[in-house]
Amino acid sequence: MFVYPKKQHKGVFAVATGAEIMVKCLEKENVRRIFGYPGAAICPFYDCLSASAIKHILVREEQNAAHMASGYARSCGKVGVCVVTSGPGATNLITGIATAYMDSIPLVVITGQVNSWLLGRDVFQEADITGACESFTKHSYLVKDAADLPRIFKEAFHIASTGRPGPVLIDVPTDVQNQPVATWQYPEKANIRGYKPRTQGHALQVKKALAAIAEAERPIICCGGGVVLANARDEMTAFAKKSGIPVCATMMGIGVIPMDSDLYLGMIGMHGRESANLTMQQADLVLLCGARVGDRAVSAPQQIAEKARIIHIDVDPAEIGKNMPVDIPIVGDVRQVLKSLTEGVTDTVPEAWKQKVLDYKNQFPPRGEPREDFVEPRVFIRDLSAMMEDNAILVADVGQNQIWAARNFNVKEGRFLTSGGLGTMGYAIPAAVGAKMAKPHRQVVAVCGDGSFQMAMCELGTLVQTGTDIKIIIMQNGTLGMVKEFQDKLYKGRYIGTILKGGEPDFVKLAESYGIRASFAKNNAAAKEQAAQMLQQDGPYILVCRVDPATPSI
Amino acid sequence: MKHTLSVLVENQPGILSKVAGLFSRRGFNIDSLAVGVTEDPTVSRMTIVVDGDEHMVEQVEKQLNKLIQVIKVRVLEPGRFISRELSLVKVSCRTGDRGDVMKIAELMQARIVDVTTSTLTLQFCDTDERTETLLDLLRPYGFKEVVRAGAIAVEKGCH
Ligand SMILES: Cc1ncc(C[n+]2csc(CCOP(=O)(O)OP(=O)(O)O)c2C)c(N)n1
Repeated sequence: MFVYPKKQHKGVFAVATGAEIMVKCLEKENVRRIFGYPGAAICPFYDCLSASAIKHILVREEQNAAHMASGYARSCGKVGVCVVTSGPGATNLITGIATAYMDSIPLVVITGQVNSWLLGRDVFQEADITGACESFTKHSYLVKDAADLPRIFKEAFHIASTGRPGPVLIDVPTDVQNQPVATWQYPEKANIRGYKPRTQGHALQVKKALAAIAEAERPIICCGGGVVLANARDEMTAFAKKSGIPVCATMMGIGVIPMDSDLYLGMIGMHGRESANLTMQQADLVLLCGARVGDRAVSAPQQIAEKARIIHIDVDPAEIGKNMPVDIPIVGDVRQVLKSLTEGVTDTVPEAWKQKVLDYKNQFPPRGEPREDFVEPRVFIRDLSAMMEDNAILVADVGQNQIWAARNFNVKEGRFLTSGGLGTMGYAIPAAVGAKMAKPHRQVVAVCGDGSFQMAMCELGTLVQTGTDIKIIIMQNGTLGMVKEFQDKLYKGRYIGTILKGGEPDFVKLAESYGIRASFAKNNAAAKEQAAQMLQQDGPYILVCRVDPATPSI
Repeated sequence: MKHTLSVLVENQPGILSKVAGLFSRRGFNIDSLAVGVTEDPTVSRMTIVVDGDEHMVEQVEKQLNKLIQVIKVRVLEPGRFISRELSLVKVSCRTGDRGDVMKIAELMQARIVDVTTSTLTLQFCDTDERTETLLDLLRPYGFKEVVRAGAIAVEKGCH
């Protein structure tokens, strides 16, 4: 039986439609930019956007709207907002939402939906997007009445940005966008009964942690993305200095203390530095800070926990004890907890341990030698790093290029962004565009593989159209290098589905066809020179580096 | 080992699928789940029985707490709560067996709620353990259908 929509709003003296309220709510949240792609189901909202000062950035594929919002959010610490239409628009966005979820990035995602009276009938462009995204949104709403929009928007921004951040989805049927509302008010505060994230660490636990630190002979700090998200870089540096404890980081925690500091050991894990991994294996105390102990970072948590006492600081209680047994859990905002710890800590780390750690560092220096026949990517990243401004933002894609960047880029005052949790190829370019929009006065460089570049190259259109000045490095090895490396090691070099060569465009010409300057570097000397030019010039630039497909990740 | 969780949630659409989804996605074994509105109509209570070790129950509790619409989660302490389960059991019994089945019903304090020439339907409301006993006693006669609601539980005393 077909139920016709009720004309319940007839005669209501309306002050606004749902769509107008949505735009006003975004304005109230000080949203300046939203990233999106339109379609019929979200048209009422788009129409109201034209009367607003909020800038809409048209991406070329929906997934990238979420990545751009993610790069934007990570660089300026605000909630990133993206908007797409129902059905295919929404499903295209899914990878972007999941990517943000895995890295705990605060996003508010708005999707158009078919008219509410048609929900569940599989009509044109209907997709159950709240259902599909259930397991990788922090929360989601399917709006049934426009009068609920102000509360929902307030809650969504609050949920996305507090506690452990994450994406929140708001699905708004077309008729709800068109629905007239008699009165509305944007709430001052969100009040959600079941959601009260804890910030201050438990005083007793902090005390216990300090006692454990004082007793430890071989302590190590392991920082994850949570430290970056909590904006606790200064606090971490201060704590490390005062306590004298060496620091390593997961991929998401890269840049958490200045990399050239004596105390910094580099990235841990499968693709991590020997110095960091060896130190971790021998430690008798591990202080995990905002790290979720993912398998790529800590492959055998049980083994480490057998030898060491574990202190785990995280804002999300569910992370504590999930993947690693913990002796001293501290639930709270990493920044607050670090402040309390710093107050009480003194340097009790034995000199012998400090020396041992330094020796490891010297024993395993960065790898790779400059080449004349190819661009040796590890050397090149170090050269590039030395040329870039102190506060520059480097965005790494996924694959070998990501590992080269993660291990060799020296983050000083800037940032290192990458898709650590989901490892989504194609993340770098859109995220770099978003980052540049958030920090227009900083250098922003994206490092991609030729595979990952091709996944997102449609966004060259967006960056040209918006005049966004990002620099892109393509590490062209003609292969899906990281998978090929797997095939080398585990499958006796049987390459299947990992060769791109023979189907690649001339990237320089491609860039030029968009009006983007570009150049091709065949060896390290050329790459270094061209990179210097690239960084001096205004406007986007693509530097294509010829890389030997035999170059290993680490 | 079985654990009973008492979970207060906002009485809103979608929460049941969120809870159920969480269990299946994270590989938690759910034994039963019963939902009903509380004395406050904006709040529902879910009684969830899960099967697993301490670590799993801790994760279940923490993950449930992460759901925005979840207000409170309590893992009920063994021996400190009352739990009841409702079941309807349709037993096949020919005329000759009827007396025996009725005796079992009487013994176990189950109510007979429907009779036909070839079946008897019993209504039973008790603990999980006693429900199992009843089913064991009736099994020889043959079940037509067994319908069990999930357990609901309340803490003892004046909490
Ligand atoms: C969307 C997506 N698809 C597939 C993968 C699996 N994957 C991981 S690394 C990689 C190869 C990346 O190749 P490329 O971008 O050329 O970088 P390289 O490893 O050669 O530096 C692939 C296919 C992934 N991470 N993301």
